Amino acid sequence: MALLNAQGLRKKYGNQEVVAGIDLNVNPGECFGLIGPNGAGKTTTLRLLLGLTEPDGGSIEMLGEPVPARAREARMKVGIVPQMDNLDPDFSVRENLLIYGRYFGHSDADIARRIPDLLAFAGLETRADAKVQALSGGMQRRLTLARALVNDPQLIFLDEPTTGLDPQARHMIWQRLRALLNQGKTIVLTTHFMEEAERLCDRLVILDRGRIIATGTPRGLIEHHIEPHVVEVFGEGTDNWAENHGKALCQRTERVGETLFCYTQDSKAVIQQICRDPDLRYLGRPASLEDVFLKLTGRDLRD
Amino acid sequence: MGMSRYFRPPVLSWRFVSVWRRNFLVWRKLAIPALLGNLADPAFYMLGLGYGLGGLLPEVNGASYIAFLAAGTLCYSTMNSASFEALYSGFSRMHVQKTWEAILNTPLILDDVLLGELVWTMTKSLMSGLAILIIIWVMGLYSSFALSLWAIPVIILMGFCFTGMALVVNAVSPSYDFFMYYFTLAVTPMVLLGGVFYPVDQLPPFLQQASAALPLTHAIDLVRPLMLGRVPSGIVKHVLVLAAYGGFGYYLALALTRRRLLK
Repeated sequence: MALLNAQGLRKKYGNQEVVAGIDLNVNPGECFGLIGPNGAGKTTTLRLLLGLTEPDGGSIEMLGEPVPARAREARMKVGIVPQMDNLDPDFSVRENLLIYGRYFGHSDADIARRIPDLLAFAGLETRADAKVQALSGGMQRRLTLARALVNDPQLIFLDEPTTGLDPQARHMIWQRLRALLNQGKTIVLTTHFMEEAERLCDRLVILDRGRIIATGTPRGLIEHHIEPHVVEVFGEGTDNWAENHGKALCQRTERVGETLFCYTQDSKAVIQQICRDPDLRYLGRPASLEDVFLKLTGRDLRD
Repeated sequence: MGMSRYFRPPVLSWRFVSVWRRNFLVWRKLAIPALLGNLADPAFYMLGLGYGLGGLLPEVNGASYIAFLAAGTLCYSTMNSASFEALYSGFSRMHVQKTWEAILNTPLILDDVLLGELVWTMTKSLMSGLAILIIIWVMGLYSSFALSLWAIPVIILMGFCFTGMALVVNAVSPSYDFFMYYFTLAVTPMVLLGGVFYPVDQLPPFLQQASAALPLTHAIDLVRPLMLGRVPSGIVKHVLVLAAYGGFGYYLALALTRRRLLK
């Protein structure tokens, strides 16, 4: 039984169909990723799934409740980490958790019992009485995550949870999300950090222009769409090298600005060939989800 | 489809109480300056104008000028308190701090949030109105204590009326600057045409007609006689006007806020 199931989801703003027929299901205990460039429809899809806006077509069932008809009931067991922190600046860390717990109808005593665990989870035990404004960006993010857990949700939505965080803070969030998955929680994550999706997601869909253009496991998507190795070549004479050797040695090449991306089954042969030309420099690496993403959604800016 | 779905009737649920409690907790942290603002500002107006200007005036409507002004100040202060809370504070919760969005991620729906804001704003304007009423009692600016108690339900009704109206403006505001239109085009005319400082019958007929359409006029028509020891005339009409402004305002505000946030 899927915890979350959506069929034929559509949403139009004016003449633009922002969500143009999306089917997805999220299974218990998995981390499900929703990735796509800016404007692909990630946030709108999330809002539809949560019952915060009405679809123009399609059906949604979350935790056994039809959405949006019974979205209120469905959200009882859902935790949400929004894209922008919207913690209460007038309150301390502890008060933020207390006030949020009340929205779920929990008694002050019940919430107070949960607060020490939530503070420990967020690594904020010593900051319980600090004002939100006194916290660093990473701490605020962790508090937002802890706040989303105040009702002990089965299903947790995270909308770009690590945007704007430094690497330390980002790794800390990843570690916390893995801990939640180990506890058996189910996570739905939107992100445009492919590294994040690759590390965390069991399964993901790539969204573009309101449609799902690919779906699978991160490994599966890479194997299916991209050659296993990528060699990025730069320097004087890249064009000549591509013409004389690249095309023969690589399954696919792509010129982006000063860089030649070579997608290949055999990076050794490519690198050996490059090393014969002293003007060329290179970076060899395994293919990543980002390569898949760029292949499928293109390299044009989406502003 | 289109706008009609935003005009569904309000969903009423006790869950709004947690929104009220959130706002109350914020208020409690700043209660002393807030109470001072409720009390000191209108009190200085009332005392300054009441004695300063009142000394130059004969009796107005059969009462001393300060007693006449006291009833107007009570209504004015209640209206101002509701308007400022629903606009500046409400807008910062809705738009700037995104508090409403955070709440909508819980089992609460927008109808609960707006109902919580309505009841909270009415609570705050009740505190403002009561503050003036207490000054009136302390200074003995009333004729019958029993009748003056009836001002309390009128203060609550005024809170409903002016919160409903202000929430409409909140729902369509792009920024704080937009509120200037409401204060300049609605609040100021109400204060100057509604009979706060002088009887409405001092105004030329066309301004009296305009005055009769404004809710503050009707509030003052209820409160002033109560303070001066008389039963107001036309109670039903005054109550209906205040309730209608509040009711239509609140309903329209709910629809417009749904359109704004649930798009």
